[in-house]
Amino acid sequence: MTDAAPTPAPDTARIRPPRNQWWDVWDQFKIHRGALLGSIVFLAIIAFCFIGPLIWPYDATYIDIRARNQGMSWAHPFGTDQLGRDIMARMMSGGQVSLAVGIVAMGLAMLIGTGIGVLAGYFRRIDGLLMRMTDLFLALPLLPLLLVMSMLFRQPLSSAFGVETGMFLLIVTAIGITSWMPTARVVRGDVLALKEREYVLAARSIGTPPRRLILRHVVPNVLSPVMVSATLMIATAIITESALSFLGLGFPPDFPTWGRLVNDGIDYLQQYPGRAMLPGVFISLTVLSVNYIGDGLRDALDPRIRGR
Amino acid sequence: MFNYTMRRLLLAIPTLLFIALAIFLLLELSPGDPMADMPLTIPPDVREQMRLALGLGEPWYIRFVKWLYLFSVVEPSHVLASITGLENLAIDSQRIISFQTRSPVGDIIAQRLPQTLWVVGLSYLFGIMVALPIGIYSAYRQYSWFDQAGTFVSMVGFSLPTFFTGPLLILIFSIWLGWFPIIYDTTLVVDSWHNFALQMRQMAMPVFVLTLYNAAQITRFMRASMLDNLTQDYVRTARAKGLTERIVVLVHVLRNSMIPVITVIALGIPQIFTGAIITEQIFRVNGLGQLLITAIYATDIPMVLTLSVVFAILIVLFNLIADLLYAVFDPRIRYD
Amino acid sequence: MIRRMALFGAAAALSLMPLAASAERGESGHLNIIYWQAPSILNPYLSGGTKDVQASSIVLEPMARYNEVGELVPWLAEEIPTVENGGVSEDLMSITWRLREGLMWSDGTPVTSADLAFTAEYCMHPEGGCAQGSFFNDVDNVEVVDDLTVTVHFTVPKPVPYLPFVSAQSPVIQAAQFADCLGARAPECTEANFNPIGTGPFRVVDFRPNDVIQFEANPNFRDPALPHFATLTFKGGGDAASAGRAVMETGEMDYAWNLQLAPDVIETMARGGQGVPVSAFGTLVERIEINLTDPSPDLPPETRSTREAPHPILSDIRVRQALSMAIDRELLVEIGYGQAGQVTCNLVPAPPAFASDANDACMVQDLDGARALLEEAGWTVGGDGIRVNADGDRLVLDYQTSTNAVRQDFQALVQQWWREIGVEANLRNINSSVFFGGDPGSPDTFQKFYADVEMYANNFNGTDPEQYLGAYRCGLEPRPASQWQGENINRFCDPEYDALHMQLAETASIEERARIARALNDILMQNYVILPLVHRGRVSAHSVTLGGVVLNTWDSELWNVADWYRIEE
Repeated sequence: MTDAAPTPAPDTARIRPPRNQWWDVWDQFKIHRGALLGSIVFLAIIAFCFIGPLIWPYDATYIDIRARNQGMSWAHPFGTDQLGRDIMARMMSGGQVSLAVGIVAMGLAMLIGTGIGVLAGYFRRIDGLLMRMTDLFLALPLLPLLLVMSMLFRQPLSSAFGVETGMFLLIVTAIGITSWMPTARVVRGDVLALKEREYVLAARSIGTPPRRLILRHVVPNVLSPVMVSATLMIATAIITESALSFLGLGFPPDFPTWGRLVNDGIDYLQQYPGRAMLPGVFISLTVLSVNYIGDGLRDALDPRIRGR
Repeated sequence: MFNYTMRRLLLAIPTLLFIALAIFLLLELSPGDPMADMPLTIPPDVREQMRLALGLGEPWYIRFVKWLYLFSVVEPSHVLASITGLENLAIDSQRIISFQTRSPVGDIIAQRLPQTLWVVGLSYLFGIMVALPIGIYSAYRQYSWFDQAGTFVSMVGFSLPTFFTGPLLILIFSIWLGWFPIIYDTTLVVDSWHNFALQMRQMAMPVFVLTLYNAAQITRFMRASMLDNLTQDYVRTARAKGLTERIVVLVHVLRNSMIPVITVIALGIPQIFTGAIITEQIFRVNGLGQLLITAIYATDIPMVLTLSVVFAILIVLFNLIADLLYAVFDPRIRYD
Repeated sequence: MIRRMALFGAAAALSLMPLAASAERGESGHLNIIYWQAPSILNPYLSGGTKDVQASSIVLEPMARYNEVGELVPWLAEEIPTVENGGVSEDLMSITWRLREGLMWSDGTPVTSADLAFTAEYCMHPEGGCAQGSFFNDVDNVEVVDDLTVTVHFTVPKPVPYLPFVSAQSPVIQAAQFADCLGARAPECTEANFNPIGTGPFRVVDFRPNDVIQFEANPNFRDPALPHFATLTFKGGGDAASAGRAVMETGEMDYAWNLQLAPDVIETMARGGQGVPVSAFGTLVERIEINLTDPSPDLPPETRSTREAPHPILSDIRVRQALSMAIDRELLVEIGYGQAGQVTCNLVPAPPAFASDANDACMVQDLDGARALLEEAGWTVGGDGIRVNADGDRLVLDYQTSTNAVRQDFQALVQQWWREIGVEANLRNINSSVFFGGDPGSPDTFQKFYADVEMYANNFNGTDPEQYLGAYRCGLEPRPASQWQGENINRFCDPEYDALHMQLAETASIEERARIARALNDILMQNYVILPLVHRGRVSAHSVTLGGVVLNTWDSELWNVADWYRIEE
C-alpha cells in the first residue's frame, strides 16, 4: 500500500473522511452470503412480477378455451389452467398484488405493533389500557370483523379511490389491524426487560427525553423480534389475502393473486400438481428471501457484530 | 406480586364484559343471516317466522343481557354439576341455545373439547418441544448447515398455508401410499392397543401439519432472541469465569432469551381452544375449530359469542400468566 | 305361578319372532356415508337445510314421496289419494290419507292418525318457526277420521294437494315424543330433535351435531328382511374433494353426497376404481338474473334497485337478448358440470311435460347476432372496444355471484364473451352466507341486488312449479318497505303474466297446468329477464361394493337406503 503511493500519515484522515454509518451497515450486509442471495432472489421475484408482464405476450385474464389444461411448453412455460389462461401471466399479475399486499400490510402491522408495544412497555401508566385493547383485538372473531369492515367501507372506498385502489386499501388495512397484536405483546415484553437495563438507566439519568430514549436506545434493541415477526407476517398476509378473496372480501375474481392461485389449484392437485405448487413455491421463496434479508440486516445493524 | 395479580384479576372482569359486548355488537352488525343455509325454496315469510322463533325479534340489549345471565350463572352451574357429578347443582332454566342445532351450546363444546385437545393441544406441545432445542442450537451454531436447514424447513413450513399442505399430505399418504385414513373417526374409543394404533394413524397427518406450523414460528423467535443475547457482555463474563458452555448457554443465555418466546407461547395456548380451523376441516377432526367456523358461516350468534368469550377469558388469563412469568425469568421486571 | 310361566313363554316367543323372520336383516354389516356438510339437527321442521333434511330421512318418513323419475309413490300411505279414487274431494278442498296397516314406530308403538294430526299441529304452531311452513300453507285443519285415516282440509281449492306429509321435507313425527315440544318450546327438546323416533329403516344410536351420526337397523321396521345393513355411520364435514376421494380412491366410505367438483377432477378420482360417480337431474337451473331496476350507488337508498328507478341500460330488451345470445352454454356445461349438466333455455327444465321447447334458439352462441342487436339499440363500439351510446355512457355491467370455484370460472368465461360483443363486466364474488342471507342491512344480498346482473341456482320442491313461477308476479319484488324480502329478484312486472298465473292456480288438469306453466316460462324467457345457463344435475358417488343405490333428486338421496346392500366380491 505504501509502496505504490507513499502518503504521509496525516493525510489519511483527509482522504477517508468519517464515513456515514450506513456504509458500514452496507459493508457488513454485503458479506452476509444469505442476505445477498436473499436480496438477489427477492429482486428477481419483483422483476418477474412487475417487469415480466411488459414482455410477456399473454394477458392474465385472457381465456383461450382450446388451449386449456396444457402442460409445460415453450408457449406456456408453466402451462395453462382449466379455462386456458396462461399460468405464467397469472403468476406475474398475481405476484404484483400479493407482494404489494404482503409488504404493505406487514409494514402497517409492524408499525402499529411496535408502536403500541414500545409505548405499553415503556410507560407504565398506559400499559394496562393498551394491553387490554390488545386483548380485545385478539379476542374479536376475525371473520365477522372482516365482514363488517367490508360492509361498511367497501362502497365508500371504491367510490373515493376506484375499485382496485379502494379494495387494496381495505384489504391492507383489514389485514394490518387484525394482525399487529402478537408483535405488540412480544415487543412490550422485551421493552419491559430492556428499560431496566443499565444503559437505559444511564441514559435516563443524564436526562435524555423519553422520545429520544425510545428511538435511540429501546427500539433498535427490539428490532430482532420485530424482524422475525415481519418475515412471518409477510407470509401470513399473502395467505390471509387469499382467504379474504375466498370469502368475497378481497379483490374481484378476475384479479389473480398467489394465495388464490394456490386455493384454486388444490382441487387439481392430483392431475396438475404444478398448479398449486408453483404459487406455493413463489410464496415460500419470497418469505425465505425476506427472512435472509432480515437476518443480514439484523447482523449488519448490530454494532457488536459489525465490529468483528 | 400478589397485589398485582389480584388487581389484574379484578380488572379482568370489566375488561371481559367490554370484550363480550364488543363481540356481540360486532356479530349483530355483521351481515350474515342464520337463514342463509336454507334452500331458496323456503319462502320469505316462513324465513321470517323462523327468525322470530330464534328470538331475533327482541331488541339487541335484551338479548345481550339474557345471554350474559345464562353465560355467567346458568352455564357455570352446569359445568360444575358435570365435574362434581352432583346433578342438583345445575340451575334448572333455559340454557344458551345454538341456532343451528337448537341444543345447549355448552354440551356441544364439551363434546368437541376432547378431539381438539388431542389433536391441536398435542401438536402445540410437540411444536414447543421441537422448537426450543432447534431454536437454541440454531442460534448457538449460527449459519451452520443445521441452522440453514432449520431455517429453510421452518420458513417453508410457515409460508405454506395449511389448506395447501393438508390436501398434499392426503394425496401422498392416503391415496398414493395408503398409510393413513382421510376421514378422522371421532367416535373411536381408545380402549385397546389396536384402537390406540388406529388413533395414532388418524392423528398423524393433522398433528404433523400443525406441529410444523407451530414449531416454525416458535423456532424463529427462540433463535432470534438467543442470537441477541449470545453477544452480550454477561456471556463473555460468564465464559471468562470458566463456566462450561452448557451452563452459559442453557442457564444464562436461555433464561434471558425466554421473554419473547414466552409471549409467543402464551399467545398460542388460548388458540388451542379455538382449534385449528382449516386443519380440522380438511382432516374432518370436527373439534372446536370446525365448530366455530361452521357457526360463523351459519351466523349462529349464541355459539360464536360463547366460543369467542371463552377464548377471550383464556387470552386475558394467559397474558396475565405471561406477565407474571416475565418477572420470574427477569427479576428486574417489577410491576408494583 | 303357572300363569307367570305362560307369560314368560309368550314373551320369549314374541322376542324370538322378529329374530326368526329377520334372517336377512343386517346381513350386509356396516355402511359408511359421508356428507361434506354436517347435519346439525335431525328434525326437518326446525331446519330446512338439505343436509339436515336428508339425514333425518333415514329415520323419519312421509306418507308419500317422489321416486327417481319424479312420480309420487305411496310410502307410509296405502295409496296416493286422487280425485278418481275419491281421496281428493271434487271441489279440491280436502285430501284424505290412509296409513298402511300395522306400521310401528321404532320404539314398538303403533303409528296412528293422531301422529299425522300432531305433525300438522307441530308445524302450524304460530310460535314454532317451522321451516317447512310452506308445506302446510292454506291448511285449515287436519281431521282425524279413524285410527288410520286423516283428512286435510284446505281453505282454498288446491289443484295439487300433495304438500302436507309428502316428501322428505314433510315427514310424520311421533306425537308421544314431541307432545311437549310445541311452539316456543320446540328448541328445548334437544333429545327429541337429536334422536327422533321414526318409522324408517334405521334408528339413531348417537348423534353428534355437525359431526357424526351412528344408526342401527330399526328392529320394528315394516319389512322384516330390511334394511340390509345392520349399522350405519353418517359422517359430516370437510370438503367435496376429499369426500369424493374417500369413496372413489381409498374406499374408506361407501357413499358421498353432492360432489360439486369440476368434471375432470371427478374423472380422475373415478380412475381410483373403488367407487363410481352417479348423476341425476331435478329442476335446478343455474341462471343469470337481470336487474330491471337501477342499482346505481348515486341513488338514495329508498329508490336504489327499486321499481321507481328503471335500469338505464337493461330496460332495453335488445340489450338483454344480446347478453343471452353471446353465451356459449355448451361450453359452460362442458367446463363446469360435465355429465351433471345440460344446456337449458328454460326456467322450468323438468318434468318433461312442463319443459317448453319454444326457446331453444339460445343453445347456440350467436356473437354476430348479439352485436347487431346492440348496434340496433344504439350502442356503438367505442375506442377501447367497449360500446357507448349517444349520451356517451359506456356499456358496463356489475356481475355478482356467490363464492364457488365453478361460478368464478363461469364469470370469467361470460366476461370474455361479453367483452367480445363490446360489453364490459365488473366481476364480484360474495361469501354465500352473506349473499344468500337476507340481512336487510347488508348491501351484498342477492335480494337487494345492488348489481346489474347476478348468477345463482334455484329449483322448486316436488314436480309442480306453481309457487316457483308465482315468484315473478308484480308486488313480490324485494324493496325497502318489505325489508328487502321477496322472491321477484328481477323486479319483473307484467299484468298478463299475473293473470296467467292466477289461471294456473285454478286449474286442476295436469295437461292444462303444464301448458300454462310452459306459457309462463316462455313469457319470462322471451323477455330475457332471466338467462338460464345450465340445468344442473346432482353428482354423488358410491362404492363399487354398494348395491341398490338409486339416485333421486326429487326427494332425499337416502330415500331407499333400506334397499342398499353390500355386493359380495
